[in-house]
Amino acid sequence: MMFAGIFGFFTRKNTLAMLISLELILNASDINFAVFNRYLFPAQLEGHFFTLFAIAIAAAETAVGIAIIINIYRNVRGIQVKDIEEMKH
Amino acid sequence: MNMDITLQQVAFFVVAIFITIFSVLTVTTSKILRSATYLLFVLFGTAAIYFLLDYTFLGAVQLMVYAGGIIVLYVFSILLTNSDQSMNKKLNKGKLVASIISALAGAAIVLFIVLTHNFVPAASGETQELGMKTIGHALMGSDKYQYLLPFEAISVLLLACIIGGLVIARKR
Repeated sequence: MMFAGIFGFFTRKNTLAMLISLELILNASDINFAVFNRYLFPAQLEGHFFTLFAIAIAAAETAVGIAIIINIYRNVRGIQVKDIEEMKH
Repeated sequence: MNMDITLQQVAFFVVAIFITIFSVLTVTTSKILRSATYLLFVLFGTAAIYFLLDYTFLGAVQLMVYAGGIIVLYVFSILLTNSDQSMNKKLNKGKLVASIISALAGAAIVLFIVLTHNFVPAASGETQELGMKTIGHALMGSDKYQYLLPFEAISVLLLACIIGGLVIARKR
């Protein structure tokens, strides 16, 4: 899943599609943390809580990223990566 | 050779194949709304893996936050920004080949390391399901292995993200 996300992040031109690939990468590493905790250190809870906080942080980051993309769409009328070429001044 | 495969292993393989197929479909489809739908299925599969691990609270959080919140955000931002539903395929061949090769090489390296490393499983036997009481005490306590400080920090972070998102996306 992680490498599918990395491949999607490299090859997509739509910024929303790039964010979707980023979600795949984040989910893959979350599964990794939970599995390591459960099978190698079942008495401790660090991996479980790390995954919990990572889900919360990914949600916050997605929200802010989509707000930025909507703002870009209002100014540039396009969200392909090749449209966002000029800086502000 | 030990040939009895437990039901848990069968369930894991089914969920793993499901996740793999849908994650590959997510990044190779040409319509972006389908990509969001396949991502929803991947998130359901991830929640299924958490339930298989007996981490039921984590699976429930994954379903509510990811599959319930983030997919909705993606769907209406896709519809709001009028992104052309079929993303053009003018990807130059060199970049596509290089991406495929690097992704496959990375996957091969990681698979090789995971399959040849001898993991030492924990000596204690079967653990029960992680109860809510344990999670609650660990999340709200301030002793050595408890997580009150990250919990408060995340609430500040979420407040900052709410305010930031409102400021960025408001009407002028």
